[in-house]
Amino acid sequence: MAKELWKGNEAVAEAAIKAGCRFFFGYPITPQNEIPEYMSLRLPQVGGCFLQAESEVAAINMVYGAAGAGARVMTSSSSPGISLKQEGITYIAAAELPCVIVNMVRGGPGLGGIQPAQSDYFQATKGGGHGDYRIVVLAPDSIQEAANLVQEAFDIADQYRNPVMILGDGMIGQMMEPVEFTEVKKRQLPEKTWATTGLRGRKEHNVVNSLFIDPAVCEKHNQKLFAKYAEIEKNEIKVEEYNLEGAEIVFAAYGTVARIVKNAIKALENEGIKAGLIRPITLWPFPKANFYKAAEMPNVKAFLSVEMSMGQMVEDVEISVKGKKPVYFYGRTGGMVPTPKAIVEEAKKILGGAK
Amino acid sequence: MTHQIIMAGFGGQGVMSMGRILAEAGLKEGKNVSWLPSYGPEMRGGTANCSVIISDEPVGAPTVTEATAAIVMNRPSLDKFEKDVLPGGHLFINSSLIDRKATREDINVYYIPANEIADELGTGKIANMVMLGAYIKVTNAAKEETIMEYIEEIFSGKKAELIPLNKEALKRGADCIK
Repeated sequence: MAKELWKGNEAVAEAAIKAGCRFFFGYPITPQNEIPEYMSLRLPQVGGCFLQAESEVAAINMVYGAAGAGARVMTSSSSPGISLKQEGITYIAAAELPCVIVNMVRGGPGLGGIQPAQSDYFQATKGGGHGDYRIVVLAPDSIQEAANLVQEAFDIADQYRNPVMILGDGMIGQMMEPVEFTEVKKRQLPEKTWATTGLRGRKEHNVVNSLFIDPAVCEKHNQKLFAKYAEIEKNEIKVEEYNLEGAEIVFAAYGTVARIVKNAIKALENEGIKAGLIRPITLWPFPKANFYKAAEMPNVKAFLSVEMSMGQMVEDVEISVKGKKPVYFYGRTGGMVPTPKAIVEEAKKILGGAK
Repeated sequence: MTHQIIMAGFGGQGVMSMGRILAEAGLKEGKNVSWLPSYGPEMRGGTANCSVIISDEPVGAPTVTEATAAIVMNRPSLDKFEKDVLPGGHLFINSSLIDRKATREDINVYYIPANEIADELGTGKIANMVMLGAYIKVTNAAKEETIMEYIEEIFSGKKAELIPLNKEALKRGADCIK
């Protein structure tokens, strides 16, 4: 299939259809509206169900229901809407059900604005809802990568019986880029013997639940979840390392910002400064080892995390680097996008001071 | 070679489609492309802009802050984006609707009476294609044939009668470049 120009939101929706997603529940919010719009057109064509819920809370609980019945199901929203979905997400994580949640992040806090941001990093990677739980967070930097990751997200969700979030920003949602829908390698997945689809000859009902009233049982359930999260951390880290060899400064950036940083790296190179980039593709699990390894490289003087936030991922970079090298932060927020020029200036300022 | 273009104007002037058409043509010619719209509570009469990149290399930042060219369809767009054109870059001004000259002297400026030409062709809606014709004549970011190939794909059936009009608009725009 030849490459075609796709809008990010529509490519995400089509990728979900291709991955076998047959249920979508959502509620409108900018800048992700093309996802439900596209799903409302396509799902009936493939025998699926699109439903615009009365609210985000309703939508995520419909996701809970469909996931419990073993369906491939997705919902999408943007920052304030994702906040509303958090109760449902922690229930789904606790009940160990697979689903895919898309967040095309906009400026916050509160209603914020509608322009692109990355200020939901904490919410996505550190819980979001209550209780001890983790969701897998995938952060594409292009429309092609978004199309691939969405397809893989459904397999990851099914393999671990866990919610997976696609964390984009408004630009990933709104931008058009060439996409080729390649067959993403399908995983060997366990049968959904736990799904609540009727007795089917079995004696015992399957029960989907997140209530563990006996503290000993509840603790045991937490331990079981965390054994699973340890498996995910072992198997599922995705990261891009760029230009690290001989780099004096290593940037940390994800999503669209990583591409802006690559422009800055080129500009720095033209001025004789070698810079590299570590781009986490999975924000959880976070590629800690890659950062630690880079911190041990004698050529690396400092790290600079560049984000469309007031500084969130920078904390994970600090944890990963374990104090071996200084970690700095530069960010724009509220819908403002950093320019390559400003990033170059920031890097030069740091190297001037670090020498 | 990397073309980084800002296109801007009133909502309804076809700024978004002009960018889309250019990006589609770039893709047809095997280039790396991106199209990034401004989005938000924009409506007919409001302002709209998009950033298009056409490059032999993978596209880095999809945002254009240092433009190799800007196409401005109205006065607010000129006021906003004139400063973003790189020295030696190109600025295309819709002189039908913009009542001032460019202030920069380190860039190439082209004044295209796009709306007057479009009206002569029978519809003001085609002003965007006039500007695009001028733009590709100067920059060779995409070939006219490739743009027409895409236009022929999207205007099928009853809309096919619009194909010659688009071709003529591109040509009239190109003719403005001496």
